[in-house]
Amino acid sequence: MIDVRGASAVALADGVRAGKWRARDVVDQYLDRIARLDPALGCYLLVDTAGAQRQADAVDAAQKAGRDPGPLAGVPLGIKDIFCTRGVETTCASKILRGFVPPYESTATARLGAAGAVALGKLNMDEFAMGSSTENSSAGPTRNPWSPAHVPGGSSGGSAAAVAASLCAGAIGTDTGGSIRQPAALCGVVGMKPTYGRVSRYGVIAFASSLDHPGPFGRTVEDAAALLEVMAGLDPLDATSIPQPVGAYRQAARAGGEGLGGVRLGVPTEYFQAGMDPEVEASVRAAIDELARAGAKIVPVSLPHTKYAIATYYLICTAEASSNLARYDGVRYGHRTAQARSLDELYAKTRGEGFGAEPKRRIMLGAYVLRAGYYEAYYGKALRARRKIADDFSAAFAACDAIVTPTSPVPAFKFGERSADPLQMYLADVYTVAPDLAGIPALSQICGLTQAGLPIGLQTIGPALGEEICFRVAGAFEARTDWHTRLPPEAAR
Amino acid sequence: MARIGPEEVRELATLARLQLSEDEVVRMTGDLAAILDYVDALRALDTADVEPMTHAVPFDCPLRADRVGPSLSLEEALANAPRREGSFFEVPRIVPVAGAPEDEP
Repeated sequence: MIDVRGASAVALADGVRAGKWRARDVVDQYLDRIARLDPALGCYLLVDTAGAQRQADAVDAAQKAGRDPGPLAGVPLGIKDIFCTRGVETTCASKILRGFVPPYESTATARLGAAGAVALGKLNMDEFAMGSSTENSSAGPTRNPWSPAHVPGGSSGGSAAAVAASLCAGAIGTDTGGSIRQPAALCGVVGMKPTYGRVSRYGVIAFASSLDHPGPFGRTVEDAAALLEVMAGLDPLDATSIPQPVGAYRQAARAGGEGLGGVRLGVPTEYFQAGMDPEVEASVRAAIDELARAGAKIVPVSLPHTKYAIATYYLICTAEASSNLARYDGVRYGHRTAQARSLDELYAKTRGEGFGAEPKRRIMLGAYVLRAGYYEAYYGKALRARRKIADDFSAAFAACDAIVTPTSPVPAFKFGERSADPLQMYLADVYTVAPDLAGIPALSQICGLTQAGLPIGLQTIGPALGEEICFRVAGAFEARTDWHTRLPPEAAR
Repeated sequence: MARIGPEEVRELATLARLQLSEDEVVRMTGDLAAILDYVDALRALDTADVEPMTHAVPFDCPLRADRVGPSLSLEEALANAPRREGSFFEVPRIVPVAGAPEDEP
């Protein structure tokens, strides 16, 4: 039987499909690791032991009977608690959804399950995906497996940390302003945000609907590609999902191994400026040199509106969040205040008791910028700035096939270091928000470790529907380096 | 100059149906003022001839066929209700009872 520490998801699936080991044994190994290691890390909000074992047994039965158990046969996955899972509590790490048991399944998790993947449980996150450190979870923080004094990033911090610590073979999350890529960078795993609409949002609890992108986490580039191939595609249940055929992502990841001849990689000057940690800069520049040695032509590009991205993002996402979070009213599901004498009081008290500080802040800011009289100056202005930021990328992609940048200006920070000042936390997203505003694909992978042993992330950004070039570039870097094979101390146990 | 004060924060909280404690109002006032100062940077950007971008990808609002399909059963739809009565979600009375005191629950 394979040792699952550091194992890749596709290797686990290949073994199950070939009858070399049973899905049940793979799943039981992960469940054992979760029981031993997760109390110290806090990745999981809920572990569905019985459900995972039942799904694994079904995969084994299919394999034994000669039926195709699926491309992800027996791959144990962690699910960010923002995906609705039928019959399994889903809270978005919020008190206001405590006890909510969805009567339906998200499209992304349904497709992964149909491909043979096994859901181990629900992963921690910043409440309603609002945050960059997982400190905003109502259930308490997740710790970074590389250093328990440091945050795992966020909002999908549980997903990134669980993959890093081998508490699942892969995971899924959502990225609205960086919530897949930033924690992937801080935990040293692969995180991919595809083109907007590439993965259905059906059953994904809404934060900012025009910016929410579901996507995969993997230990390797090919693992993330394999998950995305299954999750992606048109869904009649999401009107914003897109009809273009799903690309050959795994093949693209493997093709990276043959080099990057003919590929032009843009390096934006605006992403290498004051405020960046010197170790991050050195490591990312070395990674770009490595990509050049793989055959890529490095070209300077300019994204002149980068400096407006954070302001634009926080105006749009808070406006949309303010509207989306109006549904939590204590009437149909979730928390309801114990003491309300009128309907208005029921709403206000339920929401005051149920939401944590960050959702409250965003509801208020969103309500402010959408107010009659302020709407055009704030929200309208931000929608126009969003166009300028997206146009920057279109112009840059005339001269290059993909763009490479740091994912985060800093490695993992310590608990409490940024949480006292919301604006400081927002600035952690400076390199990740623009691809969300433009709706274009972007991937983060490990490209180094600091002296203190914290991972550094390299981001590859592609044009709309350019998932394949992202996977190819990332696959090329991975094939030439061994950073992805390093395990954090917490995973070695 | 502070552009948002505690009065406006209280008013917004009422509009957003969000009960805030006095401590929360104080903190929120400071946080919102700092964030609004930061986003002011956008004013320097000329967007006069720019169409607002409401969707990341071209989007033409597809319509599905107007056919009845499977949907949640009544029991499934009500299963998460904090309070229910029969086939209804139960909420505090919103229509006053004739002759009853105003604040009758």
